[in-house]
Amino acid sequence: MSAIVAGTAAPAPSATRRPRGGIFRAILHNRKAMLGAALLVLFVLLAAVPKLFVPWLKGDPQAIGDLPLQGPSSAHWLGTTGLGQDVYAELIYSTRESLVIAVIAGLGATILSVIIGVSAAYLGGAADNVLSMMTDIFLVLPTFPLIIVLATYAGKGNLTVIIIVLILTGWSYGARQMRAQALSLRNRDFLESARVRGERRSYIIVVEVLPTMISLIVANFLGAALYAVLTAAGLQFLGLGDPNSLSWGTMLYWAQNQGALVNGLPAWALSPGLAVALLGVSFALLNYAFDEISNPALRPVRRRRAKSAANS
Amino acid sequence: MRYLIRRIGFFVLTLWAAMTLNFFIPRMMPGSPEEALRERLSKGGSVVTPEQLRTVLAEFGFDPDKNIVLQYGEYLKSMVTGHWGVSVGSSLGVPVTTLIGDALPWTLGLVGITTVLAFAIGTLIGTIAGWRRGGLIDGVVPPVFIVTSALPYFWVALLLISIFAIGDNPILPNDFNYDQGLTPGFNAEFAGSVIKHGILPAATILITAVGGWILTMRNNMVTTLAEDYVRMARAKGIPSRKIMFGYAGRNAFLPNLSGFAMSLGFVISGTILVEYVFNYPGLGYMFYNATVSTDYPLLQALFLLVTLAVLICVLLCDFAVFLLDPRARTKG
Repeated sequence: MSAIVAGTAAPAPSATRRPRGGIFRAILHNRKAMLGAALLVLFVLLAAVPKLFVPWLKGDPQAIGDLPLQGPSSAHWLGTTGLGQDVYAELIYSTRESLVIAVIAGLGATILSVIIGVSAAYLGGAADNVLSMMTDIFLVLPTFPLIIVLATYAGKGNLTVIIIVLILTGWSYGARQMRAQALSLRNRDFLESARVRGERRSYIIVVEVLPTMISLIVANFLGAALYAVLTAAGLQFLGLGDPNSLSWGTMLYWAQNQGALVNGLPAWALSPGLAVALLGVSFALLNYAFDEISNPALRPVRRRRAKSAANS
Repeated sequence: MRYLIRRIGFFVLTLWAAMTLNFFIPRMMPGSPEEALRERLSKGGSVVTPEQLRTVLAEFGFDPDKNIVLQYGEYLKSMVTGHWGVSVGSSLGVPVTTLIGDALPWTLGLVGITTVLAFAIGTLIGTIAGWRRGGLIDGVVPPVFIVTSALPYFWVALLLISIFAIGDNPILPNDFNYDQGLTPGFNAEFAGSVIKHGILPAATILITAVGGWILTMRNNMVTTLAEDYVRMARAKGIPSRKIMFGYAGRNAFLPNLSGFAMSLGFVISGTILVEYVFNYPGLGYMFYNATVSTDYPLLQALFLLVTLAVLICVLLCDFAVFLLDPRARTKG
């Protein structure tokens, strides 16, 4: 916090230039970022070693038990499903698929938006017009209905199809931001000097431009991952996923189908959604914090300072 | 004026892109629509003659023997002129336009009103939070609404149902659009029932949608307040309220307005899930049913309609920006 205050008080050019690793320090100084990162680490742990959290489980987490539709108890922390499966074990083991969808779809969408956004800004002219128009069209098209239509035609339940569709529909928002940022960088001195040095265009884009855009790219990945988590869960909840897979959306689908709420089992009906929500919140918190880090104007100010600024 | 022409051009182009996607997706995907239709039609136990199949396929704009370019032209023509074919799903043979006409008012009433409401409330709260930077509201607002904006629609819906609509004497109903015992009409009892059934779905949309508007408006406001003309206005001694709404708010509002149009696609996504959870017989629920029963003509028509709705909103917002922002008028 003190570093931020010092930065605004002394706008000397040397003070605003942060050393490498500034992003990590900024995360440590931002409470929202810390909370989001902690949640994400927890989910990564759950996905990597689910056994750690269900040590008593032997074999299949989806194993069918003899006590269907039980409420929470010491044996079954979150109750059992209509087939007597333990909801808690399913929940823990479902983390992996949900997280994998988020990361892969988020990465894919981000890469696509960087490629399209940056090339639109750098090629300029007709290419820019075509690419920008394409971005705007994809931005406006109602994606979820499109996803449903695609998932219906392309075969239900195929995870690869879902991820590809999420990538194809999730890149446009990021591409718009990338283009805007790349355009604003276009005439900076350091790029001019690279051009004068006679560097190739591809070298300039990869080595000079992309590193300066890294915070926007990270923020974009978080946004795309958030979108992927929510959309994938929604699709699976509607029954457009693989009904035998272990994921939060599929759990919700079965809970809805077997009337978990009507049977008085809110723990079963709500816990997978809560997991989706928490993963979403962790991405959203990190995203918002990155916004604050990359745009100093948005950082929280202390009340006292705000008052004095308003009076001056 | 160039600005408006460009925006109208964008409208036409996007509509064309949506119709083209609509045309090619079923034809490019594995499994022919013909097979699915035959299966669907004979499922009810009735024998389907090849002639019947042909008629329905023709309504759908699908004729396997014909040149694809010709098909495409005919398809575009029938879409534009409103010949959207007949349903091949659960309500076999009913014109798609009739089905949509029945469901449209419910969605328009529920989703339309709540979306605009969420936008208005969110923008107002965001303006205040950004203005009183670091104040009490600004301390609470961002963290709370980052969380609500990341909640899945259907989860909020399930949560609300489990709180208000489950138990021995539920406070609010959790499905359909009105009490099924009532006959629709303009009387107090029917209207009351409609409102009662609308509260939970509306609350779901409101809770999840309002956060995004608050956050973007707050951030726009903070950025705008740093502008020189705001400082100038302060120096001139213009009342705070006037600076807040007339100077900073008005300019911070412009990007939010374009964002509103762009985000409608996301709103509609949520609507499908909300209507599904609440069994609300609007377009979103119909969309879900059309998917389940592989009702291609209905699916296509709904997708087109949703795109059209979003595009009309985009166009309206563009007009609003044109009126509010002198730069859009001069720059073109």
